[in-house]
Order: sequence, then structure tokens, then C-alpha cells
Amino acid sequence: MIPLSWYVLFSAALFCIGLYGALARRNALAILMAIELMLNAVNINLVAFWRYITPDIIVGQAFALVVFAVAASEAAVGLALIISIYRRRHTVAAEEIDMLKW
Amino acid sequence: MLSLLQIAFLVAAFLTIVSAIMVVSTPSMVHAALWLILTLAGVAVFFVLLNAGFLAVVQIAVYIDAIAIMIIIVVMLTQEATRQRIRQVSKTWWGAAIAALILFAGLIALFTQTPALAVDAPTLAMSQEALLEDLGTALVDVNRYIIPFEVASVLLLAALIGSIMVAWPLVRGKDEEVDA
Repeated sequence: MIPLSWYVLFSAALFCIGLYGALARRNALAILMAIELMLNAVNINLVAFWRYITPDIIVGQAFALVVFAVAASEAAVGLALIISIYRRRHTVAAEEIDMLKW
Repeated sequence: MLSLLQIAFLVAAFLTIVSAIMVVSTPSMVHAALWLILTLAGVAVFFVLLNAGFLAVVQIAVYIDAIAIMIIIVVMLTQEATRQRIRQVSKTWWGAAIAALILFAGLIALFTQTPALAVDAPTLAMSQEALLEDLGTALVDVNRYIIPFEVASVLLLAALIGSIMVAWPLVRGKDEEVDA
């Protein structure tokens, strides 16, 4: 049987890769993809803890579905923002989108 | 001696981690989006290994079908600004790498002190069909998770309307003076 620690270790690695991508990349699209990686890592954790710790209460899977909905909304709004910014300013680099910066 | 399930886990974990690293490191946005699809498929394998078949199907239907394809379309729409010759990582990328490594090391240190992680998977009391049915009724049961479920649906509707509003085509003359 697979120990729970394998799943937790794997999702920690996936989360940290996503964190690096979200912090280091210049392209707003790449940042969005890295955030999707982080949300996936969280989902694996939720389902793994449901399976190993509370298999009788389905809350882990139910909340993972809510995370799916949040990820879909986030992707839709984020991509709409990127398209809108690209139309107006012809850039998708996060550091060039600084109109609100003091 | 590794069992078959453990080998499946290790292969899927290796593929997923490698493709996740490619997502955050490849300079081409189209390639990053394709690697992202492989990563998401790898995560679906873990849902199958965890007896959450429904979530694996949702992972493929929502993430790979909808989100990944949407990302690829936006990559193509913004091709001009995402060309490979443009620098893809910020000047302080090493700071991001250090932050991620510190977080990973801290999490591992935390895991070694958590005895609950050593547990083996308990056998499921219900069959797969009963589990799926339980998940379905739990989401619409007034005494269980109907509030998060309804909040998620309102959030999806709001995101739908909001993204249409945000991505509405520019009106010539009206928006341009705002841009200047």
C-alpha cells in the first residue's frame, strides 16, 4: 500500500514548483499556469487526507470540487484580464502592468 | 519490494514533477501549456490511485478540456508578446527559487515530526458506486455541503459574467482616451 507521506511529499513538491513559477516568471500567462499547479497540489492533499484520515466523511472530495470551481473561475477571469490588458497595452509581462503602482 | 500500485505511483509522480518543472522553466508559452496538460493528466492518475474516480474525470473534463485549452487559445492570441526571444524570468528569479526551496525544506521538516503521516489507507466502507452517490447527495443535502456548493455556483456565474465584461472588445474612440 502507498503510505500517506508519499502523497503529501509529492503535493509539497508540486506546490513549491508552482510557487517558484508564480514568483519567478514575467509572463502573466505563465503565472496563471503556476497557480493552477498550486491548486492541483492542494487538491491532491485534500483527497489524500480524505482517503487516509476520514474515509467516512466525504468532505475532502466535496471541497476538492469547490476548488475545481474556484480554479475554473480564476482561469476565466485571469485570462479575460490578460486579453484585455494585451489589447490596450500590447504586453503580457506582469512587471509592465504597473498603472496602479504609486 | 515495491508493489504494483507503488510503482504506478512513482512513475506518475516522476512524470508529473518533471512536466511541472518544464511548465515553470520552458521559455516557450505554447510548450509550457502543453507540459501543463501532461501535469494535469498526472494529477488525474493520483485521483484514481486515491479511489476518487469522479474527481479524476472532473480533472480531465474541467482542467484539461476547459482550462488548458483556454490557456492555449490565449497564448495564441497574445503570441506577439510571448515570443521566445523575450526574457521569461524576472531579474530576481533566484529569490523565488530560494523561497520555494525554503518552503519545501520547512514542509519536509514538518512532515518528519508528524506521526499521523505514517498511517496506512483504511479499507473503504462503501463501494465505489455508493461513494459517488454519497458525494452527490452530500453536495445537495441541506444539512451537509449545500452552502459551499451554492456559493461555488454563484462564483462561477459571477466569473462568467465578469470575464465577458472584462474581455469585451474595445470601443474605438471611447476607450482610447482612457488609455492615453
